[in-house]
Amino acid sequence: MPKSKVFASFAEAVADIPDGSVIGFGGFAVVGMPINLYQALTEQGAKRLTCVSNGTRGGTTMPGDAPTMEWLIRNNQVAKVICSFSAPTRASQRLALTEYYEKGLIEAELVPQGTLAERMRAAGAGIPAFYTPAAVGTELAEGRETRIFNGREYLLEEALALDYAFIRAYQADEAGNLRFRRSQRNFNPLMAMAARVTVVEVEEPILPRGAIDPDDVHLSGIYVHRLVKVPPPPEGWWPMRPPEVAARNAQLQGAQR
Amino acid sequence: MSDAKGLTRQQMCDRLAMEFEDGWMVNLGIGIPTLCSNCDFGDKAIVFHSENGVVGYGALAASGKEDMHLVNAGGQHVTMNPGSAIVHHADAFGMIRSGRIDVTVLGAYEVAENGDFANWKMAGQKGGGIGGAMDLAACAKHVFVAMEQTTRRGAPRLVERCAIPVTAKGVVDLVVTNYGLFEITPEGMALKEIAPGISIDEVKSTTGCNLIVPKEVPPVRLRG
Repeated sequence: MPKSKVFASFAEAVADIPDGSVIGFGGFAVVGMPINLYQALTEQGAKRLTCVSNGTRGGTTMPGDAPTMEWLIRNNQVAKVICSFSAPTRASQRLALTEYYEKGLIEAELVPQGTLAERMRAAGAGIPAFYTPAAVGTELAEGRETRIFNGREYLLEEALALDYAFIRAYQADEAGNLRFRRSQRNFNPLMAMAARVTVVEVEEPILPRGAIDPDDVHLSGIYVHRLVKVPPPPEGWWPMRPPEVAARNAQLQGAQR
Repeated sequence: MSDAKGLTRQQMCDRLAMEFEDGWMVNLGIGIPTLCSNCDFGDKAIVFHSENGVVGYGALAASGKEDMHLVNAGGQHVTMNPGSAIVHHADAFGMIRSGRIDVTVLGAYEVAENGDFANWKMAGQKGGGIGGAMDLAACAKHVFVAMEQTTRRGAPRLVERCAIPVTAKGVVDLVVTNYGLFEITPEGMALKEIAPGISIDEVKSTTGCNLIVPKEVPPVRLRG
């Protein structure tokens, strides 16, 4: 039998992550976000990380004390962020990233969302670079290589390879084959493709080999190396319904007073 | 919600949604444009596409009935219509780049008379929030914008040239504000329809570029 990909805890699954790693964090608006792995990596303490993600915070389905990339930022573990949102979209929002970025403590590379996804897909598909029409004529394209194809201008973008991908999936078998549920898929398969090592937090009990029909696999286990089952709450983090989030946030505010 | 004069945000989105044609694939930006999915399309089959790979989402989920695995690009819990599908992010953007999105409706800070628009970086801000806007603006067949006529301080959002960094150049077709419906034409910005209770002078004095005003400007068509 091949070596099992199943790890007993999040701490064990991230224990060897070295300083300076480039790590992709999957998920979109909390769905598919590796909430438990954010916590484990904060406790593990690796420094000078380059963190790739659509954004740096959670969403309305997580309370204020849930782990996000903001934990790593505030713990001074992050050197650079590559994302499609490096500033808040509403004047009322405050991001930890903004605070550290404005002080010059963190570098931020802003990338259009489709370009971000495609740069990782390219890395995972062995393609070093590609041309895209997104961002042509904008500040992001200033001083960069463009080329005309069929009369239209395109911008050269390079593949984005990762050392590690941290993602969340619905089901996994012991071979690492994954299934996602609904919009949980988002960036997750692409980050796994781009990474040398993919660590997955899995929602359902990990299945024996063969339990997922080959036709139903969303991401082949070839891209997946470490699996950890998310324990039930409160030990493990799970997205919450809006009333549960509101109740917990109220509790947190009460505790602060 | 807003004390602005003229159209409500829902009326603004209702008007843009009337332009959607049968069979169109539609992508809605966060903010005001999300209200376009609340409209009644009658016999028209409209498919809503979301950057996170939901192709064919439906109405917002009722409170308590949210599927914790399903959100649209705005992070709202939605439902899925029969015939919908899930793809990953690269495929969702592949659909965008390859021209399969008929229209994107986006919010904006400024729209210029040449069809440039700006919606990712406020003046003086470090960094920005692009999301999928640059991919969508560059590649959707039509780009519609829904925004207020002026900033909170009364500065025009319809301008000669964008003062803040643009999202894409020369792509906007149609703009709705609380004051009316505007079309970007080869000759410049044209007032097509005017909001009830708003005068032509009010529109002109709050517009920062030359405005083409026909002799007869009909009122904004509203949902019956």
